[in-house]
Amino acid sequence: MNDVLVRLENVTKHFPIRQGLVFKKEIARVRAVDGVDLKVRRGETLGVVGESGCGKSTLARCIAGLHPVTGGRVLFEGTDVGRLTPAGLREFRRQVQMVFQDPYGSLNPRRRVGSIIGDPFDIHGIADGAERRRRVRELMELVGLNPEHYNRFPAEFSGGQRQRIGVARALALRPRLVVCDEPVSALDVSVQAQVINLLDDLQRELGLTYVFIAHDLAVVRYVSDRVAVMYLGRIVETAAAEELYARPRHPYTAALLSAESVPDPDEAARRQRIVLTGDVPSPIDPPRACRFHPRCPKAQARCVQEPPSLIARGADPPDHLTRCHFPVEADDDLAHEHASIRQVSTDPALPEVER
Amino acid sequence: MSSYSDLEAEAVPGGAGPEPVRGRSPFRLGWERFRRDRTALLALAALALVVLFATAAPLLAAVTGHPYDVTYPDTGLDLNGMPVGPGREFWLGADQLGRDVLVRAAYGARISLLVGVAATVVATLLGVAVGVLAGYAGGAVDTVLARFMDITLALPYLLVAIVLASTFQITAVAGSLALTVVVIAFFSFAAMGRILRGQVLSMREKEFVEAARSLGAGPLRIMRVDVLPNLVAPVVVLASLLIPTAIVFESTLSFLGVGVRPPMPSWGSMLGEGSDVFQTAWWLLAVPGVLLLVTTLSFNLLGDAVRDAVDPRAERLATSRAGTVVEDGEG
Repeated sequence: MNDVLVRLENVTKHFPIRQGLVFKKEIARVRAVDGVDLKVRRGETLGVVGESGCGKSTLARCIAGLHPVTGGRVLFEGTDVGRLTPAGLREFRRQVQMVFQDPYGSLNPRRRVGSIIGDPFDIHGIADGAERRRRVRELMELVGLNPEHYNRFPAEFSGGQRQRIGVARALALRPRLVVCDEPVSALDVSVQAQVINLLDDLQRELGLTYVFIAHDLAVVRYVSDRVAVMYLGRIVETAAAEELYARPRHPYTAALLSAESVPDPDEAARRQRIVLTGDVPSPIDPPRACRFHPRCPKAQARCVQEPPSLIARGADPPDHLTRCHFPVEADDDLAHEHASIRQVSTDPALPEVER
Repeated sequence: MSSYSDLEAEAVPGGAGPEPVRGRSPFRLGWERFRRDRTALLALAALALVVLFATAAPLLAAVTGHPYDVTYPDTGLDLNGMPVGPGREFWLGADQLGRDVLVRAAYGARISLLVGVAATVVATLLGVAVGVLAGYAGGAVDTVLARFMDITLALPYLLVAIVLASTFQITAVAGSLALTVVVIAFFSFAAMGRILRGQVLSMREKEFVEAARSLGAGPLRIMRVDVLPNLVAPVVVLASLLIPTAIVFESTLSFLGVGVRPPMPSWGSMLGEGSDVFQTAWWLLAVPGVLLLVTTLSFNLLGDAVRDAVDPRAERLATSRAGTVVEDGEG
């Protein structure tokens, strides 16, 4: 029994930067997603976390087939999404849906809610007239909207309600995979909880699989079965959610988790923050080998010379993969170490060791 | 403890039947804003008068007994051969050939409005088609179309118009009208096309377009359902500002003698012909000049009002102008 719904094999997505008015010459490329391997199992929620600009949203759009990938393959039910026939692509669009980050930008302001939610039925020629209206009302009820508001414009709804409209639209065709691109980041905390619980309920009711992109660690922890951590276009660590939060192995994950806010002030005071120095390097010119080495408290010469691969380290369970030569151990004190190796460009110079 | 439904019942005072809340369409909202704008209503009234004047042209010819192309050398010109001023016979005076200025101005209004509206319609269709295609298709299509629009904007339009008119040597009135409309449309569409291209470029990246793509909508459907409805406001505004430009353009061409052919009068050609004798016959410039001024000014004000009405940001400016909003710190 094959339980993998989506598999990403070495997926890359580069955006060319062009210069010139008529003859556009490619002068550089943004490596938004650069070699991602990932599996999404049926019925699970895979959380993807990372800082702004690490390529999460681009990855989401690659999975949803909105961006053609530059390299590698996205396999949905074993078929390469990049090589679908027009008919196959239509079917794929029914199976995979997206919920977007911005509840204001993702709904056409000129159209009534009823026709926005009814769009999928119209596009795929599934239902029209009274039947479509009935099904749209059903969907509105399903996501907790008042079906009476069928004729309203998006501007007449709050952010949370708009996100519910987006969810209703995504669920109209009963997809198997829903890619949620920061679905709650733009909402108030109280409303976040409502939308997350709604997504959770719907997953149980309809047997959905989610890819859940977010930068909020608490949200991801709450919704995810498994979590993947992204840094500069690559997955640096992936594990079952509980495992990852309890025993982070990649220094970057450890640093992210140490920055998470804790509701208990005593606990928060005891917590040691790992402060990363420097900024996220540019994805146009990422650091060589391990991309995290310029900011990593544990970096050594090897990290600059040899790219680490994403494998299970030490005694980790087989699905806990870490892209690090020197994974974090239980007795490490990262909070008092600072980045020791600095490399500002990809110029293959020898590592410059300070201190 | 009151349940949710209890609370909702309280919210409707007196238990009156809940009035169904209906979303008002953007156009309805726009119209309601427009109706409150006094300048706009004044401009609209002025334009209604001009339209009435134009439609009543044959009636005026019948009442005065002066068709627009008939000369009256005996009554229209004095002993020195100069045109007679406004009076009982010629209400707004006669021109240098002894024709009735009032009747000619009325027929000229037809030409101005016809050319203005027709050129605007053609330019708008062209501008929307080229702009949306360039913005949505991107790539090589966009490069070619955008450069083409740049070139049309860079051409010296008067010279090209004069060359075209003298090349084709059209003498028929209908033919010269058509050529005028085409020339004006060709030199006006690019401004609209470029603005719309920019709008579409930014809209293409909007999440609702992405959402439509992820639902499986094709490019034609996205253009029709998602892109075009969002362009209605800029198109209406640009078109309403294009009409006065087109009217002035037509007058310029006719003034230079390359627009509408005589004997069909146009405000521009009336101005052109009258400029020789205006020192003694001021009405030859005043009548078409004032009409042209009133018409273009009204269209311009109307265009501004339409923009205020359909653009929500402009609404804020309108309210602060009316004094209901406390002046902001700037200025």
